[in-house]
Amino acid sequence: MTGAVLKVNGDDYPVVFPTNHTLLEVLREECKLTGTKHGCELGECGACAVLVDGQPVLSCLQITTDVVGKSIETVEGLQHGNDLHPLQETFADLGAAQCGYCTPGILMVAEALLEKEADPDDEQITAALSGNICRCTGYNRIVEAVKWAAAKKRGDDWRPDEELFMGTEIPK
Amino acid sequence: MAKALSKPPEEQGDATETEFNLVGKPFRRVDGRAKVTGQTRFADDVHFPRTVYVKLVRSTVPHARIRDIDLSAALAMDGVLGTLVGAEMPDSFGIMPVSEDEHALAIDTVRFVGDSVAAVAAVTEDIAHAAALAVKVEYEPLPTIASVAEALATPEPQIHDYADEGNIHKKVSLKFGEVEAGFEEADLILEDNFFYEGSNHLALEQHSSVAVAEDDDRVTVYSSTQCPHYVHRALTKTLGIPSSRIRVIACSNGGAFGGKSDPFNHEAVVAKLALKLGRPVKITLTREEVFYCHRGRHPVQMNLKTGFRQDGTMASQHLRTTLDGGAFGSYGVASTFYTGALQTTTYKLPNYWFESARAFTNKPPCGPKRGHGTPQPRFAYEVQLDKAAHELGIDPAELRLRNLVEPNTITANWLRIGTIGLKECIDAVVKGSGWKARYGKLPEGRGLGIACSAYMTGAGLPIYWNHMPQSGVQIKLDRSGNVAVFCGETEIGQGSDSVLAVVVAEVLGIDIRDIRLCVGDTDLTPVDLGSYSSRVTLMVGQAAKQAAERARDKISNAVSEHMEVPAESLVFTGGRVFPAHDPDKGIAFNEAVIIAESRFGTLGTTGSYIPPRSPGRFRGAGVGPSPTYSYSAAVLEVEVDPKTGLYDVDKVWIAHDIGRALNPVLALGQIEGSVYMGLGEAMMEEQAFRRLPKHLSSSLVHKFPSMLEYKSPGFHDMPEMTCYMIETDDERGPYGAKEAGQGPLLPITPALANAIFDAVGVRVDQVPIHPDLVLKGLHAQATGHEARVGPAEFPDIDFGEPLIVHTPEQGGDGRAANDPKAKRKSLRSSSGTMKERDEALKEHSSATLTTD
Repeated sequence: MTGAVLKVNGDDYPVVFPTNHTLLEVLREECKLTGTKHGCELGECGACAVLVDGQPVLSCLQITTDVVGKSIETVEGLQHGNDLHPLQETFADLGAAQCGYCTPGILMVAEALLEKEADPDDEQITAALSGNICRCTGYNRIVEAVKWAAAKKRGDDWRPDEELFMGTEIPK
Repeated sequence: MAKALSKPPEEQGDATETEFNLVGKPFRRVDGRAKVTGQTRFADDVHFPRTVYVKLVRSTVPHARIRDIDLSAALAMDGVLGTLVGAEMPDSFGIMPVSEDEHALAIDTVRFVGDSVAAVAAVTEDIAHAAALAVKVEYEPLPTIASVAEALATPEPQIHDYADEGNIHKKVSLKFGEVEAGFEEADLILEDNFFYEGSNHLALEQHSSVAVAEDDDRVTVYSSTQCPHYVHRALTKTLGIPSSRIRVIACSNGGAFGGKSDPFNHEAVVAKLALKLGRPVKITLTREEVFYCHRGRHPVQMNLKTGFRQDGTMASQHLRTTLDGGAFGSYGVASTFYTGALQTTTYKLPNYWFESARAFTNKPPCGPKRGHGTPQPRFAYEVQLDKAAHELGIDPAELRLRNLVEPNTITANWLRIGTIGLKECIDAVVKGSGWKARYGKLPEGRGLGIACSAYMTGAGLPIYWNHMPQSGVQIKLDRSGNVAVFCGETEIGQGSDSVLAVVVAEVLGIDIRDIRLCVGDTDLTPVDLGSYSSRVTLMVGQAAKQAAERARDKISNAVSEHMEVPAESLVFTGGRVFPAHDPDKGIAFNEAVIIAESRFGTLGTTGSYIPPRSPGRFRGAGVGPSPTYSYSAAVLEVEVDPKTGLYDVDKVWIAHDIGRALNPVLALGQIEGSVYMGLGEAMMEEQAFRRLPKHLSSSLVHKFPSMLEYKSPGFHDMPEMTCYMIETDDERGPYGAKEAGQGPLLPITPALANAIFDAVGVRVDQVPIHPDLVLKGLHAQATGHEARVGPAEFPDIDFGEPLIVHTPEQGGDGRAANDPKAKRKSLRSSSGTMKERDEALKEHSSATLTTD
């Protein structure tokens, strides 16, 4: 067993856990931060992605003892007070989250991208999220939601095409 | 009748022709905030102090008698609290009453690698895992069946002794009309063999269940299930305690797609262990175990023979299918019928013969996946139509338009069609894709393909025989102005909570945030059968509408007395209630509730929904009926590299007859998600198996039970999509709505095959269409052989004497003309719809009840 203090979303979590347990297990089971999900526990789906010192990390492959003292961010820490983060707003409003199970991992990877790149294009977003699987949406809305959030963050009033809210006008 | 959903929301807000408060406007889903903040509670997020963790011991052999289970080493481990074996839960269960062939844990026999043999409970998951590995099971191997062909050749030993014949679980032969005469009348007869590979749902959330014992003999099970009511029934069977003491709570599902609509053995195991140990008990499956739970798409072989007239209309069709069912019945009897039932719903087919057989094999059980049993024959049909169009020299889109089923008619196999927007769907994708100018004219390597489909908006009959509502809703409202809505429906990501809320908010004219939902809880909510068969929007929607209208009527009566205005004049909108002629005289909604609560006492209403009776009366008529059908058309554009066979889907145009989009942004999400999942099946997904070499036991194992190697489309694989929603405003649905969550998957696989043909002239008559198959076709083409890849033949099966059913056109009465098992007519009473329904259900109760 290992005893340590983890810094998660700025809060200190004193935890005791089996030394071989991953960050995913410690976050969910010891910190009770169940917002971080698991879809495979083998690094294949991206659902468990969190940020460690700002970098996206698959928490299911991350040995916890290696991140003691580092700054860990999870989906629970994304909002500002009671206000949603722009990514959270656009994912909710554009239908980029359906079942919502892959969403926390995708939000964290997207947040890392937006911290690096204020105005990412489709290719950058696709490349950044290529390790995340979503079975509900068909992905395109996620790309648009990230672009919309980036615009909101920049203070730009760009928004996705109206077709994404109402469908494409039937050709005459 | 159909019209575009093309107005921006701000214009929709004022005086549309229907004047809805909320319906038709894009709003944030009611569970949206919880889902993006990590607050949604999935089953594995449920935690109680003193929880005990369970691991299942799974079979390492595909078919064997269990000689011995030695639990001693596991029980000796520190932290192990208990074990469970099959003999302790001897009662069988299964989703279909005709195939209750599952046990909580195997009794005597294991039937596939991954079958559950024993359970171990321990204070931590790590200890449970180690203890499960320490359990020693001694097996006596039995012959293993890997395919339908092997099942046909190996009648003994039987995987289940209740099969129709040997290892053939179910055989069907249904003949509607003059099939042979129809073929004689035809100018062109095409006969083709097709194969559609099985696939897994691959929902991102692994199945999880938590059971908590309460009092002496009560237990609550939190589970990732689409159908808490069916889990409740299965637990009643397996636990041996009254159903009134079992509570099932369906947590939000992290994706399901049909994969969480069976009751599962692990749900029974945790419930039993919770009662045995007196502590909360949890199990969460690993991804590998999810592949063993399966219930995914059946691998289906098809032989399709269709007779066309010179003008492209159809005279007759004979469809034969085989399903590789895996080791349990699951929904398989329904799946078997579904590989033929909906074939008549898109194009006029005067004569139709459907034959099918489902085999038991020593593989994880197949069941319902998005489109349940219908994507496979739809693939065959739409590819063959493409071939016919080329033979007859008719444009493939035009060929389809010439054959469209008429609205409000009854098909040859006795399905009642409601509204049909398929013409508008075809027109939309044809115009959108520039079909007329581009089809057949694109440069070599680039091509377009078209396909269409139909799907049910809810199965017409419940899975087990009963004449209670398929969906119920209860509403409680009080002086606060908050409206609590109780319903057994289950949110699996498709937006059912939002449908429930928007319908109630629409009727009462209130803000959606003033509604509190309580859903998917068998103790607290009225029964809804579950999130399957695309039934929720229509059935839950109608039940909710009825309950809300009754609440509105109560309030209207009280307010009309109070204001001294006619009740009919009262308008509910914008959180206010007012007389239509004098809006200023209005009061806030909560004040109106106070008046009603003062007048009538505590307020509550209920609503329920039972689908209309279907006209079919033959055995097998229970599968296929639906209150109404949705329609889809798709055009795909591909670019194929003729050197490698590698291809890209560049663009998809999809049009869907949705009746009415209650919330367009959520409806579009269902359509796009269906297209995505269809592309996965068309291009890469396969739940496939292999035999280990002889020196490794010749065991039959899953080829790749992991997410990395089970290929599914990623961000990079997605084409651009253009979605048209066609609104046919079907009176059978709430505010005219039909389904959107399954139908749009169906045209994608055939449209891809047809597009590849347009691009390079190669026919691939099987899915997934791996690039090497395209390359094989290109090689055949280059060497002067037929440029076709696909199965050469169909197994030789005796499907038995067909049931002969005269079609409506022939003046039939919906009954089989030659059914020895049919009940005597004289006993039937024609009075009362319930009684009629009762008779009809009894008549085909043997194998006909339906699902997804």
